[in-house]
Amino acid sequence: METATFRIWRGNADGGEFKEYSTEITDGMVVLDAVLQIQAAAANDLAVRWNCKAGKCGSCSAEVNGNPRLMCMTRMDTVPTDQPVAIEPMQTFPSIRDLVTDVSWNFTVKQGIPPFTPRPADAPDGTWRMQQRDVNRVQEFRKCIECFLCQDVCHVLRDHRKHDEFIGPRFLVYAAALEMHPLDVADRVEELAEADGIGYCNITKCCTKVCPEEITITDNAIIPLKERVVDRLYDPISKLLRMFR
Amino acid sequence: MAQVTIAAPVRRFGETTRSDKWWIQPLVVAAGLGLFVAYSTWAAFQGEYYHSGPYLSPFYSPELFGDSPHAWFGPKPAVWPAWLPWSPAFLILGIPVGFRLTCYYYRGAYYKAFWADPPNCAVGEPRASYLGERSFPLIIQNVHRYFMYLAVVFIGLLAHDAWKGLWFTDSATGVTSFGVGVGSLVLMTNVTLLGGYTFGCHSLRHLVGGLADQLSAAAPLRQSTYDCVSCLNRRHMLWAWMSLVWVGFTDVYVRMCAMGIWTDFRLL
Ligand code: SF4
Ligand code: SF4
Ligand code: FES
Ligand code: FES
Repeated sequence: METATFRIWRGNADGGEFKEYSTEITDGMVVLDAVLQIQAAAANDLAVRWNCKAGKCGSCSAEVNGNPRLMCMTRMDTVPTDQPVAIEPMQTFPSIRDLVTDVSWNFTVKQGIPPFTPRPADAPDGTWRMQQRDVNRVQEFRKCIECFLCQDVCHVLRDHRKHDEFIGPRFLVYAAALEMHPLDVADRVEELAEADGIGYCNITKCCTKVCPEEITITDNAIIPLKERVVDRLYDPISKLLRMFR
Repeated sequence: MAQVTIAAPVRRFGETTRSDKWWIQPLVVAAGLGLFVAYSTWAAFQGEYYHSGPYLSPFYSPELFGDSPHAWFGPKPAVWPAWLPWSPAFLILGIPVGFRLTCYYYRGAYYKAFWADPPNCAVGEPRASYLGERSFPLIIQNVHRYFMYLAVVFIGLLAHDAWKGLWFTDSATGVTSFGVGVGSLVLMTNVTLLGGYTFGCHSLRHLVGGLADQLSAAAPLRQSTYDCVSCLNRRHMLWAWMSLVWVGFTDVYVRMCAMGIWTDFRLL
C-alpha cells in the first residue's frame, strides 16, 4: 500500500499554517477520503465540510495543489504524490476554520437578482407551453450545484476582492438562466452592466476551467450576456433600431 | 451588494500553491502572438513581394492602391505624403488587426499573457488596481461587432482571391487558363480557416440568434445558421490559432514565390 503526504491548512480568520499528515492511499480513493482518514486517525479536530460524496451537493470545495476542486471528485490517482499534496480552503471567502469557509456572501448576492418572472399563463389551466429548443441553453446553466469554485478562482473576486461590485461567474450563470428563459419577462440587462458589474469580467475563462459540472460559463453565459449589454448600452445602431421597433 | 472581509492578504505576484508549470501556457501564448505581430508588421512594411502569379498575400488584400495587377484603383495615391512610409497593406490591415484584437478569445488570452491579469488561474497578480472592461479604456472592446461586420466582407474578398488563384496567365501567349498550384491550395486553406474563425465569432452568434429567447419561433434558416455558428464557436480558440498561423504562412508562401526563392509547384 502506498503512503502519501498531505499539507493541510489549519487555522481560522486570525491566521493559520500548513500542517503535514501522512495517510495510506488505496485504489479508487478520492482526496476527500484521504482527508477524512486523516481526520479520523490524526486530526480529530480538523474542520471539513462535505455531504454527498458524489459531486452533487457542492459542499466539499477546496483547493488541491492550488487548483479549486471538489475534494470528493478528485481521484487520488490524478494527483501527483511524489510531493506533499497541498489542501487549503477557498481563498475568496472568509475563513471559518481549517478547510471550511463562509460562503454566505453568495446567498446575499443571489437575493439581489430579480427572480424568475414568467409571462401570463398560456393555457386556461394556468400552464405554459415551451419548445425544448428554447430551453436547451438554460438547461446547461441549471446543472450548477453552487459549489462556488468558479467564484473562488475568478480573479476579480479572488485578487481584486470586488465582492461589492461584481456578482461573479456563478451569478452571471444564474442571471443567464433567467434572462434567456423563454418564459421569463423580467429585464436584468442594465442591472448586469451596472450593479452586477459584468464588465469586470475579462473573459479569461478560469471559471469555465474549474466548473465541476462542465458548464461553459464564459462562452455560453457571460459572453452572450455581454453582447446583450452591448445591444442595450453601447451599440448606436441597435439603439437606433430599437427606437423604430 | 454585501461587503466581505477576508482576513488573509491578497497573494503577491506569481504567488500560488499550484505545483504544475502554470507559466508555460501564458508564455506560449505570448510567444505565438508576439511572433505573429513581429512578422506581420515587418511584412506590412515591405510593400513589395506580396503577389506572385495569380496569388495575392492576404496581408495585402484587398489591394486598394498599389502596383500589382490586383490593385483596384491603380497605383499609390498622389496625396500620400512623401515622408510617410507607404505600403498597400497600411490601408486595410487595421481591419483584421482590430477584429482579432477585440475578439473575445484573444482578449482573454492576451490579458493573461501580456498583462498578467491574471498570469494564470489562481496565481497572484502584479497590480492591485483593476478596471476590467467596465470603463475606459477597455470598454472600447465592445466595438467588436463592427469589426466582425467588416471581417465578414473580408472573407468574401479572400474567397475571391482564392478563386483568382486558380486562373493562370501564360506569360508567352497571354492566355488565361484554369489550373491548380500549391499556392492555390494555400490560398484556399487560408480562406477556409479564416472563415471558420470569423463565422464562429461570439458577436455573430449573438446577432444570428443568441439575442432571441425563443429561437424556435424564427425561420428555419435562422435556426440552422445559429446552430452552425454555435458549432464553430465551440472551437473558436482552435480556429483562431489555426487561421493565425496559416494567414502568416500564406504571406510567407507568396513572398517566397515572388522573391524566386520557392517555386510554385503546379498540380494541374
Ligand atoms: S472569465 Fe470572467 S467570470 Fe470567469 S474567471 Fe475570468 S474574469 Fe472571472
Ligand atoms: S457554475 Fe460550476 S463552478 Fe460555478 S458554482 Fe455552479 S457548478 Fe460550481
Ligand atoms: S461532498 Fe458533495 S460535492 Fe463533494
Ligand atoms: S469573438 Fe472571436 S472573432 Fe468575434
